[in-house]
Amino acid sequence: MQKICFQLNGEKAEAEIEDYLTLLEVLRDRFSILSVKEGCGIGECGACTVLLNERPVYACLTLAVKADGCDVKTTEYLSKDGTLHPLQEAFVKSGAVQCGYCTPGMLMSAYALLQEEKTPTEEMIREGISGNLCRCTGYIQIMEAVKDASQI
Amino acid sequence: MKQFAVIGKDINRNDAEAKARGQALYTDDLKLPGMLYGSILRSPLAHARIAHIDVSRASALNGVRCVVTGEDIPKVKYGNWRLFPDTQDEYALAVEKVRFIGDEVAAVAATDRDTAQEALSLIRVEYKELPAVFDVEAASQPGAPVLHDYCPSNVSVNRKIQYGDIEKGFAESDYIREDEFNVHAVSHAYLEPCSALAQLDQDGRITLWSSTQVPYIVQCLLASTLGMRENDIRVIKPFVGGGFGGKMELRTWEFCAAFMARKTGRPVKFTLSREEEFLTGRRRHPMKIRSRVGFKKDGTLVAKDLRIKLDGGAYNAMGPTATFLCGNFGAMLYRYPNYRFHGEHVYTNKPPASAMRGFGAPQSLYATETQMNIAAQELGMDPVELRLKNAQVSGDKIPDVATISSCGFIDSIKKVAQMSNWKKKRKSLKPGQGLGIGCYSFISGGVFNWFNTTYPFSAAEIRAFADGTVHLLTMTADIGQGSDTALKQILAEELGLRMEDIRITSGDTAMTPQADLGSWGSRVTLMGGNAVLDAARKIKAQLFGAVSARFNMNVIYELECKGGRVQAKGRPDKGVSFGEAVAMVQRANRGEPIVARGSYTPRDKGLVTPAFGFGAQVAEVEVDQETGIVQVKKMWTAHDCGTVINPKGVEGQLCGSIQMGLGYALCEQFVMDGGKTLNTNFLDYKMATAVDMPPGDVAHVETYEPEGPMGAKECGEGLASPTAPAISDAVFNATGYRCTDLPITPEKILKGMKRGFI
Repeated sequence: MQKICFQLNGEKAEAEIEDYLTLLEVLRDRFSILSVKEGCGIGECGACTVLLNERPVYACLTLAVKADGCDVKTTEYLSKDGTLHPLQEAFVKSGAVQCGYCTPGMLMSAYALLQEEKTPTEEMIREGISGNLCRCTGYIQIMEAVKDASQI
Repeated sequence: MKQFAVIGKDINRNDAEAKARGQALYTDDLKLPGMLYGSILRSPLAHARIAHIDVSRASALNGVRCVVTGEDIPKVKYGNWRLFPDTQDEYALAVEKVRFIGDEVAAVAATDRDTAQEALSLIRVEYKELPAVFDVEAASQPGAPVLHDYCPSNVSVNRKIQYGDIEKGFAESDYIREDEFNVHAVSHAYLEPCSALAQLDQDGRITLWSSTQVPYIVQCLLASTLGMRENDIRVIKPFVGGGFGGKMELRTWEFCAAFMARKTGRPVKFTLSREEEFLTGRRRHPMKIRSRVGFKKDGTLVAKDLRIKLDGGAYNAMGPTATFLCGNFGAMLYRYPNYRFHGEHVYTNKPPASAMRGFGAPQSLYATETQMNIAAQELGMDPVELRLKNAQVSGDKIPDVATISSCGFIDSIKKVAQMSNWKKKRKSLKPGQGLGIGCYSFISGGVFNWFNTTYPFSAAEIRAFADGTVHLLTMTADIGQGSDTALKQILAEELGLRMEDIRITSGDTAMTPQADLGSWGSRVTLMGGNAVLDAARKIKAQLFGAVSARFNMNVIYELECKGGRVQAKGRPDKGVSFGEAVAMVQRANRGEPIVARGSYTPRDKGLVTPAFGFGAQVAEVEVDQETGIVQVKKMWTAHDCGTVINPKGVEGQLCGSIQMGLGYALCEQFVMDGGKTLNTNFLDYKMATAVDMPPGDVAHVETYEPEGPMGAKECGEGLASPTAPAISDAVFNATGYRCTDLPITPEKILKGMKRGFI
């Protein structure tokens, strides 16, 4: 067992956890952050993407103890004040959301990209979300949404 | 074309905001007090008798609350083809025998996931291995290992279609082409793994939350397998993370969750791992297709003889429908005056194939379209011209099967040729570049009642309120395709309301009106939509009566619901707000609330569907001569889905279909070693990512489908078919390699490029 303290979506978070638990398990089971989805559990689909110190990581491949002392952001962070973040708004408007299972992870990858590069090229957008699988949209409307959000 | 207020507009999805906020809850997100975690023990052998199962060590493990095997469950077989009980060939847990690697043998429920997993490892199963068979030809030979005692030939379904005079047709043909196509299995690969959670209530009834496309079918089959009454089972569909046909049957974990909840009195949840999904999950039918077509010299089609063997895997699943449909699709797109089809569904010791987006069409149409492209080349005709010459039109009949209702096929072909600059571009290709075409037709829901439902195919209930809002209740299942939004749009249009005036409850079998067969076969917009319209018109009739009386209107006045008002057409002063009209009716009925039920069942619509969607697609590719790697540069699509209800939604379906079609053509496949699936993760099961997706242009060739709500028909599945033949044709155009066994891998291209690039 180990105690971890970290910033979760801008607020202080603490937990006593077993060393072997993943960040995915801890976020979902201890903190009820249910936007973090398990699509594969082995770091291939990207549905569990969260930001660890502003960098996108697969929460299913990240041991929770690694979050100790770090900043963790999930999709909930984007609309923390109640209103949709422009990126979320763009996803809604562009038809980038279908079944929605990949959406939270996709948003975090896109958000990280836009934090790094305010006006990414199409290639950068493709690359930026290529670690996130989607089976519904064919990615086109997602890429449009990221582009639209980058121009706000 | 009709003028609409809500239909045809880019309305945001009903649930997009909740999903973008991360608030949408899927089955695995649900947790109940005292909930147990379930896990399934699966067969490591492709074919074996179960000699003995010892669960004593597993049962004794601390934290394990329940262990069940095939011996413990009621011996009731299930399957979706309830109309023909002989085809129902599955038990929730294997009884006496296992038939594929992954077949469910036992289930455990424990206080946590790790304990459940550990318990599985403590179950001892003694198997007596049997000879197994993995190939449709071998399986259908006399003396082959038999999977099911009831079916000694392993051919579980035979389907024949015949019209015209096939022999005469070929005798009259100037050019006959015969080819064999082998198309492979691919995965639905929905992002949300299957999950089910069952709870026993105080009266002994079951509530099941499940990631399913078919709440009503699950309710019925769960009742029969548990020996309970249908009304004692409530199935609720939470948000579903995609289905594509892979979640349209009763599944073992749904049964086990309910069965074990009854045994333990505690809620039980099962969630599959991705490995389980790939190793044992349903998949698209591989098919061996033998097709013979005859043409006149001028390209007129005269005859087609189609033989298909479907590799069904170990159980029927939705195989009977696929067998039925691949023959119907073989007769679609073009006018074949003489046609013969024989389809056989063959058992093999592999994971069962079942419905997958396109439901028999991607396979059948790969053969049709590739053969059309071969024929065009050999007849010295442009593939576009050959298609235009033979294309089906509205009113065409497939004897005893279907009549084509609205049909924008010819316009779609012409439009896609124009958009892609077909003629000019085909002539100006550089070495390694190719341009190809593929077309499709698809059903808007099936009319054949294989489930033997005693309810209407679709139903809707509308409750109207004096505050100007309505509540729509429907058992249809939004699994991500956006059907809740489409149905709300249809209702908003009909009642002259705004989207935000409508509350919707869908997919809850205890609350929403009986019944709806679920989301498959692109049925929801047309069938669910018609039920909504039926109910809405009953609401209107009541409101119109009250408003007419209130204004003492001449009986010749037409009334309308428009802009939130109920009024005389052309005389908005003679009218009241929707809410006031509701209040008037309510007062006149001594407070009785306004509720109306609508339904839809296709009748006298042949054997297949009330309406077909059509379309054509052109792909441009570039093939690397050194590596054989295909890059799809661009896709052009022109399609007819009747009235477009939500353009963004339709385009989303199209783009998603291209992602799947591209995978089907180029990179997705199950790598099998006998009966064992070797690539059980997303790294080895290659699916297109954002960097692989080509840009595209789309044109909606709008027709008005008289049988559809507001003129609409299917748009979700048909588009799963044209991409593979279009890419395949483009690859041929670029390299001279014509693929007859999907997928088109670089290896096959390099081997097939005999003369280098043409």
